Amino acid sequence: MATTTAPPTVINAKLNGQDIQTKPGTLLINLTKELGIEVPAFCYYEGFSLQAACRMCLVQVNSSPKLLPGCTTIVTEGMVIETESPLVVEARKSMLEFLLTNHPLDCPVCDKGGECELQDMVFKYGAGESRFVDIKHHEPERPFSPVVYYDPARCILCYRCVRVCDEGYGVNALGVVNRGVLSEIAPNRGDQLNCDECGACIDICPVGALTSNTYRYKTRPWEMKHVGTTCAHCSNGCKTTLGVRNDEIMRANNRDSSGLNEEFLCIKGRFGFDFNHHPDRLQSPMLRIDGDLQPVSWSKALAAVAAKFNEVKAAGGKFGIVASNRTSNEENYYLQKFARTGLGTNNIDHARTGDVVTLVDALSGKQGKLATMADLYQTKAALVIGSDLAQQHPLLAYELRRNWRHHQARIYAMTPGPVREDKYAAATARVAFGEEIAALEGWREQLAKEPELLILFGDSIKGASLRQLVDFGESLGIPVKYVALVDYANSRGAIDMGLVPELHPGFVPSGQPGLTLPEMLDDSQLDVLWVVGANPLANRSQANPKAFVVVQDLFLTATAARADVVFPAASAYEKKGTVTNVTGEVQRLTAAVKTMGTKTDLEIFGLLGKEMGLELGIWSPDAVFNEIRQNVRGYNVTMPILATGGAAPTTPVNGKVNVETRSDLVHSAGDTLFTSGSMTKYSQVLNTVAERPGQLYKPV
Amino acid sequence: MFNPPSPHEVKILTRRFGVQNSHTIDASLAHQGYDGLKKAIAMGADAVINEIKASALRGRGGAGFPTGMKWSFIPRTSPKPKYIVCNADESEPGTCKDRLLIQNDPHSLIEGIAIAGFTMNSNRGYIYVRGEYRYLIYILETAIAEAYKHNLLGQNILGTGWNFDLFVHSGAGAYECGEESALLNSLEGKRGTPRLKPPFPATHGLYQSPTLLNNVESFCAVTHIIRDGAADFAKHGPEKSGGTRLMCISGHVQRPGVYEMPLSTTLPFLINEVGGGLRPGRTLKAVQPGGSSSPILLPEECNVGLDFDSLAKAGTMAGSGGIVVLDDTADIVAYALRIIRFYQHESCGWCIPCREGTTWLKKILERLNQGEGTMKDVDLVGELAKNMFGRTFCALGDAAAWPTGSIVKKFRGEFETKLAAVQARQVPAELVNIG
Repeated sequence: MATTTAPPTVINAKLNGQDIQTKPGTLLINLTKELGIEVPAFCYYEGFSLQAACRMCLVQVNSSPKLLPGCTTIVTEGMVIETESPLVVEARKSMLEFLLTNHPLDCPVCDKGGECELQDMVFKYGAGESRFVDIKHHEPERPFSPVVYYDPARCILCYRCVRVCDEGYGVNALGVVNRGVLSEIAPNRGDQLNCDECGACIDICPVGALTSNTYRYKTRPWEMKHVGTTCAHCSNGCKTTLGVRNDEIMRANNRDSSGLNEEFLCIKGRFGFDFNHHPDRLQSPMLRIDGDLQPVSWSKALAAVAAKFNEVKAAGGKFGIVASNRTSNEENYYLQKFARTGLGTNNIDHARTGDVVTLVDALSGKQGKLATMADLYQTKAALVIGSDLAQQHPLLAYELRRNWRHHQARIYAMTPGPVREDKYAAATARVAFGEEIAALEGWREQLAKEPELLILFGDSIKGASLRQLVDFGESLGIPVKYVALVDYANSRGAIDMGLVPELHPGFVPSGQPGLTLPEMLDDSQLDVLWVVGANPLANRSQANPKAFVVVQDLFLTATAARADVVFPAASAYEKKGTVTNVTGEVQRLTAAVKTMGTKTDLEIFGLLGKEMGLELGIWSPDAVFNEIRQNVRGYNVTMPILATGGAAPTTPVNGKVNVETRSDLVHSAGDTLFTSGSMTKYSQVLNTVAERPGQLYKPV
Repeated sequence: MFNPPSPHEVKILTRRFGVQNSHTIDASLAHQGYDGLKKAIAMGADAVINEIKASALRGRGGAGFPTGMKWSFIPRTSPKPKYIVCNADESEPGTCKDRLLIQNDPHSLIEGIAIAGFTMNSNRGYIYVRGEYRYLIYILETAIAEAYKHNLLGQNILGTGWNFDLFVHSGAGAYECGEESALLNSLEGKRGTPRLKPPFPATHGLYQSPTLLNNVESFCAVTHIIRDGAADFAKHGPEKSGGTRLMCISGHVQRPGVYEMPLSTTLPFLINEVGGGLRPGRTLKAVQPGGSSSPILLPEECNVGLDFDSLAKAGTMAGSGGIVVLDDTADIVAYALRIIRFYQHESCGWCIPCREGTTWLKKILERLNQGEGTMKDVDLVGELAKNMFGRTFCALGDAAAWPTGSIVKKFRGEFETKLAAVQARQVPAELVNIG
């Protein structure tokens, strides 16, 4: 393109009599927002397409005889803008008057009452009295799905829901039908939705037109305590704000856009918290007496376990410890310390879901190779290998899509079956698991032309093939970052905290032999099997049926049902601590509610250690996290980030891991958007939506 | 097919009306059909645009934008495909001219579109026909097929190496789809709601590509301008409103119909000489000179020319050329209700002031028409119309607010009389104070 005169770098304008300066291309409504001047709007929503439909943001601009919508007007040099002139104030007032003609004034029973944008605007800008005396148009409320309800009478047709569904999630399940005053939002299956059931449409609705069936008519927003914490389900680590009343979670959303996911939540994050209040939650320790598990006191159960552990330890017996993908970093750290220093065993493992160890080892000596969540939105190009992100990693899928929408990022998808990225990807290929590395050569030329690349890969890439992938990436001659996809809320933290026999926390080789998870179950000499938040005996039995089994869990899982002692554990929503997400960012868990009779896993470890007479240190989450920061490489994170609910990146190692990791044990559980391991069974919402878990590609 | 012609007409666009089988290509070719296209090909694109500019042709769809200027906005060298779209979504109450042009002389339309296609270096055109005009689609498609046969459409047209395909697309019955960007959405298979402007269709129209969008009558005029020269057309109107236009006069006149009149015609001349005047013994009450969207004129305001600028000066507009005449028998309150009912029904619902405003206005006017309400309600109508005007997303809201506002302003007395008359009726005692 021919060079012309350099465009101006600053625009001078006048806003309400004040001289102001702004960047070229700034939307008027964003300018006022920056300056703290409110220009009200319903349909304008940052990040989505412009509508100019609600006409609330009309302002006076010297260049036009008509009032102009602030949401579509770009500030130009010398513009004189009035946002509070009598004409503008009167236009706003009349716009609200028009809106209220058909809007039911049922605020006292409307779910949105108290946090409704229309209510707020009428309060601030509306007329004191209504001139409308005729009959309002009314349509009855109707369910779109088991979670989404629609009340057409309340709908102001701002099309936010339509846009978040289409542009944001790429689902396009909502549209508009009919014409004029009869226009209303309609679901894609005529009278019902077939979609991700993410509920984003509910949250983005400025009024009470779209409501959540799990929350509606239960409480008022001001009656709840709003607790920011991290979602308990998948590894993406979305921040979620729980609305809590009387020790019950009423709803989850993230309307303040804080956290790495901003407003994003999927069905699990927004509705899947209901497992927490399932009637099957364990609320008392149980001890096997006369062949049956019977409720006993905490002291009795702890004493029984401590006595058995001490006995086996003294006799030089064999322990096997199965750790969790969901427990906090503090609990993981304390558990491995308990095993290694308290019990003197290295037989500790968990269900590995991604080969992070090999990735870190293969990248030794290189800086800045592990991507953070922010990179997904910023990268110029991304390559997805062997994972249906929309099913398994919905936030990652959302961020890539957002990046493509806002920055035209080029996405490459190499998967065994069709994925949502196909719709907008620069290139897609259907490649069976295990054949990706060979197929990648076909894209080499194209990928090498990208300015940078972010590679996300599933569990089919592990061990040798992962090393080949890194070789491929590093041979492209462009900056490449990697994300090893893992399954659950703290799968990454489990590896970082050394819940594998070959590694101590911080990827330090343990140097000792130890049993892996399948080896423990296959060992006919095993004396004790201690399972924390896992269900290894779901589909198999153990080689030594006489082994003493201790289980800490929320529910009586298949493994717990065979245990000798069961401790009722607190869920992620009931504890303080930290978890590490798929992109290695540490986030805070906040105790929002409490279930009577439960204790956190950390507390159970502490009490058990004390009962055994071990010296394992204070078991408060703060004290343990302090120890982690000092002892675990990469975890010396900036505390204010965590304290304010942010995501603090960790940088594991920058050197050879020097260990023979068991990549062959890496298997993703293949959860979908509508499943979450053994918690699926206990979430009513996940079981009532019409959508069936999508077909996922299982690695052979 | 059409009303008897008036001796005052200047027949340019309607010159083939009345010819035996005027809708066939044989009749068309026998009367200089496609000579314009051949001439355009010989002249070249730039000359065509200059010719149209010189003709002072202004868009016949309603807005009256200079057609030549519009043509010059299209980036003809853009690497994107260029589209020609004909707006045959004629839905303005009071307007019924495009229908006659298509019915009687479809080839003059096809020729005009082909000239545009050649000029814009386009290979594809669409005629978007109003859903209710479904019967015209057969006529158009037959004519298009004939044109293909004569190599006036299709591949390598007249040996020039230029290809042009023309398609007919039916609307589904929405007035809003006559708005150019809503039409493009509808043509793309989307919901017929207007688009954000800018960007304008000239650069980002159909499928985000450069698109030339004109009314049926505008394209037909192009055919004759190119064939007979700009001067021959321009001489029939004032300097900035060239040529003739098909004026649709309806309402309380003795000879309602569509007449092709020079734009220098005045409104009294049209009513009295062309339209045959009012019925005997009647006096003029009001005129809407540019379709139902135009502000109403009182009899004393009617001494105006019918060109775009004169009517704009009179505080109304030439619009789509639908002139509605009301005599003293007309109930102006009912008329206001009739207009607002139309716009309320046709509002697409995209923006708040139009969607809610037209509905509210309709509810109030329905009451007033039955004599329920007070003069405060009449004032409210005026105020709501004012609050809508200029604040809606597209011109439909303005089209509803503008005439309504002008009616309550100019005929406040009529409302008062009607309310008083109804409310003065003897009301049975038992019904007083109910509610």
